[in-house]
Amino acid sequence: MFSSYRFRKLKDKTIYVLCFLCVIIAVIPLASIIFEVIARGAPQLNLHFLTANGLEGGIGPAMQGTLILIGLTSLIGVPIGIMSGIYLAEFGDNKYASAIRTINDILTEFPSIVVGITAFSIVVVGVIGSFSPIAGAVALSFIMIPIVARTTEESLKLVPTSVREAALALGLHKWKTTLRVVLPAAGQGLITGALLAIARIAGETAPILLTILGNTYFFQGFNQPMDALPLRVFLNSRQPSPTVQAQAWGAALVLILIVLVLNICVRIVSRRRLRR
Amino acid sequence: MVRKSITGDTAFKIAAGALAASALIILFATLFVLSTGSTMVLQRFGLGFLTGINWNPVEGRESFGVLPYILGTLITSSIALLIGVPLSLGIAIFLVEMSPKAIRVPVSYLIELLAAVPSVIFGLWGLFVLRFWVLNYIETPLNTNLGWIPVFSGTPFGLDLLTASIILAIMIIPTVASVSREVISAVPNSIREAAYGVGATRWEVIRHWVLSYGRSGIVGAVILGLGRAIGETMAVTMVIGNAIGPNAMPASLFQPGQTLPSLIANGFLEAPTPLEKSAYMGAGLVLLLISLLINIIARVMVTRVLKIKGGAVE
Repeated sequence: MFSSYRFRKLKDKTIYVLCFLCVIIAVIPLASIIFEVIARGAPQLNLHFLTANGLEGGIGPAMQGTLILIGLTSLIGVPIGIMSGIYLAEFGDNKYASAIRTINDILTEFPSIVVGITAFSIVVVGVIGSFSPIAGAVALSFIMIPIVARTTEESLKLVPTSVREAALALGLHKWKTTLRVVLPAAGQGLITGALLAIARIAGETAPILLTILGNTYFFQGFNQPMDALPLRVFLNSRQPSPTVQAQAWGAALVLILIVLVLNICVRIVSRRRLRR
Repeated sequence: MVRKSITGDTAFKIAAGALAASALIILFATLFVLSTGSTMVLQRFGLGFLTGINWNPVEGRESFGVLPYILGTLITSSIALLIGVPLSLGIAIFLVEMSPKAIRVPVSYLIELLAAVPSVIFGLWGLFVLRFWVLNYIETPLNTNLGWIPVFSGTPFGLDLLTASIILAIMIIPTVASVSREVISAVPNSIREAAYGVGATRWEVIRHWVLSYGRSGIVGAVILGLGRAIGETMAVTMVIGNAIGPNAMPASLFQPGQTLPSLIANGFLEAPTPLEKSAYMGAGLVLLLISLLINIIARVMVTRVLKIKGGAVE
């Protein structure tokens, strides 16, 4: 272990180079993915491709479906997630809360296909009786709730106790203090959390594969199959026709743009918070 | 007036607590659905469901076993760890101990970006790009030179266990690298200073002091990555070749395989009989139990290290 100094120095330099190589190796797939998605997807992009339905070779229904899913999922997931986060941050000093915290952590790592089976059995087979955008939103909100709860809890805890004490001293009730003073003070953290969760669910495929099935037409009702971008990428990639496969790359480009934009928004929002 | 304020606060607390229970509800709903759903197949085949290798839905000759897919899942995830963990550790060490400040932020941003890429896009890239890299630069040379070794035998095609493992390796890098990075930064500076003080080089400090101090946290990070790899569905489904039944028993790395998640993604919706649907539910239950076990182990190990630092990290 402590052989000659020159040898030890050399070893140190070698490891430095190796670690730097690790970084390069990890960046190669990322660069290749972005390059290929742009190179193969960009030629697809035009107004017709973005707005036409599946039969006419467009991804209009998929884009519409993804927006509907994001909307519905946020409608279910954001309020429940934020309220869970409020409970954990403001009343979370007990065994029940720490159990919920652990379960949220476990849910974040749930295999996503399993979430799909659950939503399929409960909503598709049980409640609605057919493939449905609602089933997709339920499956995705199972993924969203733990993320939002976690980020809400963390950003509420960053709000100084003195702010709460000041509001309580003015005679405000605890619930009003939480909703009107603490929550706005943590506002940007909440937005960051919600955006992160949306970016995550926008790209999820496995849960919606089992719940919305896919469709070549635009939205047809809450008890009908629907399309979505990640699902379109998956289904088209399995078709033998090169034209259809090319559409998968086009859909992938749109999807990755949505995810990137959401991530950049998160960056901007959280940087502004840090500066303040 | 005073009474009213108390009830308002209590109601708020109860409402928030009830919504927080959603996590419990999701967990139990999933366990309930999978265990009731798989009752039929478990009653029919018992333990044979875990050890069987057939997947035959033909009525009268039904036989369902998930052993090939359990093995496929474990093999692809283990190879993913073998490739991904050294890379992730290298990245984490580089970011915490070596990198100049100017490139630390952009590099960690790139690694985070890798985590943001949806898994279906990894799959698409794997299917049309990585597949040919693996086929031309890894599989064909290995097969022509070392084809007599069973794991390198067969006809390389590019859609097989090895490609699935490599794509999983790439996908776990962000998880393992960022958790190990946290663990390594949680190692107190006094330890580094003491080690430098006795004349160690930077690598010796990392190897003998930093890594051994954070050992259990790094093991936790690795297990967390394992959990990711085991549950990953879409990317694997798109590149693994989707073998079924006895053909899915892994014999060579260059042979189409199947994991538990890819099995479900491929067949669940098309399952014609209730018994086959139940078999897919059973596969889901096995997958869930494996992933729960792994995650609990990982959490215990990560928190043990982060607690040592005493609140500085978490």
